[in-house]
Amino acid sequence: MGTFWQFVVTGLLVGAIYALIALSVVLIFKATAVFNFAVGEMMMLGGMFFWSFYIMLKINIFGSLVLASLCAVTLGMAIQRIVLRPLIGQPILTSVMVTLALVSVFKGLDGLIWKNMPCGFPDLLPRGGWKLGDVHISMDLFWAFLISIFLIALLSLLYQRSRIGLEMRATAESHQLATAKGLNINRIFTVTWILAGLISMVCAILLGVRIGVGPEMANYGLKAFPVVILGGLDSIRGAVVAGLIIGVLEQMVGGYINPCWMEVSPYAILLIFMFFRPHGLFGMERIERI
Amino acid sequence: MGGLRCGIYDQKYSQDMRIFRTWVHWALLILSLVFIFTLPLYLPVRWIYMANMIGILIIAVQGLNILTGYTGQINVGQAAFMAVGAYTCALLSIHFKFPFLINLVCGGISAGLVGVVFGLPSLRVKGFYLAITTLAAQFVVIALIINGFPDLTGGVRALLVPPIQLGGKSFESQRDILFIIMPCAITMIYFAKNIVRTGVGRAFIAIRDNDLAAEVMGINIFRYKLLSFFICSFYAGIAGGLWAHWMGAISYEHFDLMRSIWFLGMLIVGGMGSITGAVFGSIFILLLDDVVRLYLIPVFAAMGLGVVRSTALSPIVFGLVIIVFLIFEPRGLAHLWEILKTRYRLRPFSY
Repeated sequence: MGTFWQFVVTGLLVGAIYALIALSVVLIFKATAVFNFAVGEMMMLGGMFFWSFYIMLKINIFGSLVLASLCAVTLGMAIQRIVLRPLIGQPILTSVMVTLALVSVFKGLDGLIWKNMPCGFPDLLPRGGWKLGDVHISMDLFWAFLISIFLIALLSLLYQRSRIGLEMRATAESHQLATAKGLNINRIFTVTWILAGLISMVCAILLGVRIGVGPEMANYGLKAFPVVILGGLDSIRGAVVAGLIIGVLEQMVGGYINPCWMEVSPYAILLIFMFFRPHGLFGMERIERI
Repeated sequence: MGGLRCGIYDQKYSQDMRIFRTWVHWALLILSLVFIFTLPLYLPVRWIYMANMIGILIIAVQGLNILTGYTGQINVGQAAFMAVGAYTCALLSIHFKFPFLINLVCGGISAGLVGVVFGLPSLRVKGFYLAITTLAAQFVVIALIINGFPDLTGGVRALLVPPIQLGGKSFESQRDILFIIMPCAITMIYFAKNIVRTGVGRAFIAIRDNDLAAEVMGINIFRYKLLSFFICSFYAGIAGGLWAHWMGAISYEHFDLMRSIWFLGMLIVGGMGSITGAVFGSIFILLLDDVVRLYLIPVFAAMGLGVVRSTALSPIVFGLVIIVFLIFEPRGLAHLWEILKTRYRLRPFSY
């Protein structure tokens, strides 16, 4: 039973980070109707920004966090302004393709600036851990979990209670109606992409403590997609719940069946799940009319 | 000039349905066929290699064009279906030594069936959900190749594939295999052209434009979506089979997500929903990448950027080209070609 709880706890802790990554995808989708395939690459770049300031330039942690955030904000704004703004209102395939093209560009940028090198990360979060019965909880993962949950709560609060959150929800409902009501949707899109850039950077740092930053990080972005779809594309609650579920399931598959299948298990589960609930756990079921 | 008449006036339906309608078309067809099959006479091996690669990838992109361009179903896993065809064809020729064409068709059919399995959710999901489902196909298939049957597929190691044996001749060199790949590519393009102008093709287009309306009009959406998935992955499988014999060794790395993205990119750049577009797109992207590799990267490397950094230019250029096309010419090269043709026909008048 001990191993079982170990898998559950580790899964939940990792799952919170997945949930945070998925949340950035969901936020962008809700506001701008674009599915951000490049989330893994945005994480990669965000992590590399932080690494450059913290390790390479040896700036202290707060300074480098601020500088890296500035870079992430610029990245988000640049994506919105240069690439996505001319493509508002285009068909689905266009928005899929444009973010896939961004995947390619960002991979290249990583190579151009940082030579695609995997970079070791410092002991940013406290190491070690403690035992709870048979269950070992590692300290860094626990801290990452706490930070993720805190950020998820903060984002939900922002989304549900603040003025800009209200505007974002209105935009998500309908771009045209939001414009008609006098909202500047370009500004809201920009804010959303900035948020996404920041979330990606934080996720990259949290994961980077454990696995380092670099090209590998992009694969963690790929884990966000099953989470997003499982939870329902337009549901924040769904992203969180599905993140935890996928985290636990992945650990179970890795522990009980075969570690080889750990990477693809979310996708396999997703394929089966799609047959029963095509709109995800909490996603809105769209009723279509001609 | 016979090709510059003010219009083509058909007297029979059979004339109206022709692909090659004027003697200029026929002359161009014959000239281009002669050109393609005499390539080995005047091109160095390196360019024959490129021609072969273009020929193979055109087949895969053509399949994707039928699914994504004509039926409107997004497929982010074309490379995985290509892998199914490649491994099936390779394993058949290694273990059973069937004739090549049978292997190739078997590879195509097995890829098609796998495509149908992953296309099943398309009945209920669409748009982004479908994109992720096909992305799942990409990862699941590759994981099955690596971990599922490592004894058969060699797992992470490459699988050596014997050269094609056809009619007692062994097609080993790039020059030889050109005469296998090009007829295959031309046949597949011809089939694609004919699929999309029959009733099946019109059903596909109806589904793309509005699937609910299509269903109301009596089109069995499920059947046609699955058929489209089958055709798409069949094309990928044929491309994969050729790829396996052409490379001489296959590994899962040839069929990663990036290659699927490349296929989509070729489709976008060429122009979706156009047979000529898929051809143009594949040629354009591959030649562009080659130019970047041959000329741009050495120049930047020599300018003090270093080799490692300069190679990163290739994905950047690819991504930027797609973005530029999406923003400025979403209908792709095929549309530019149409404009060019119209301009030429109307010259010297502007309209």
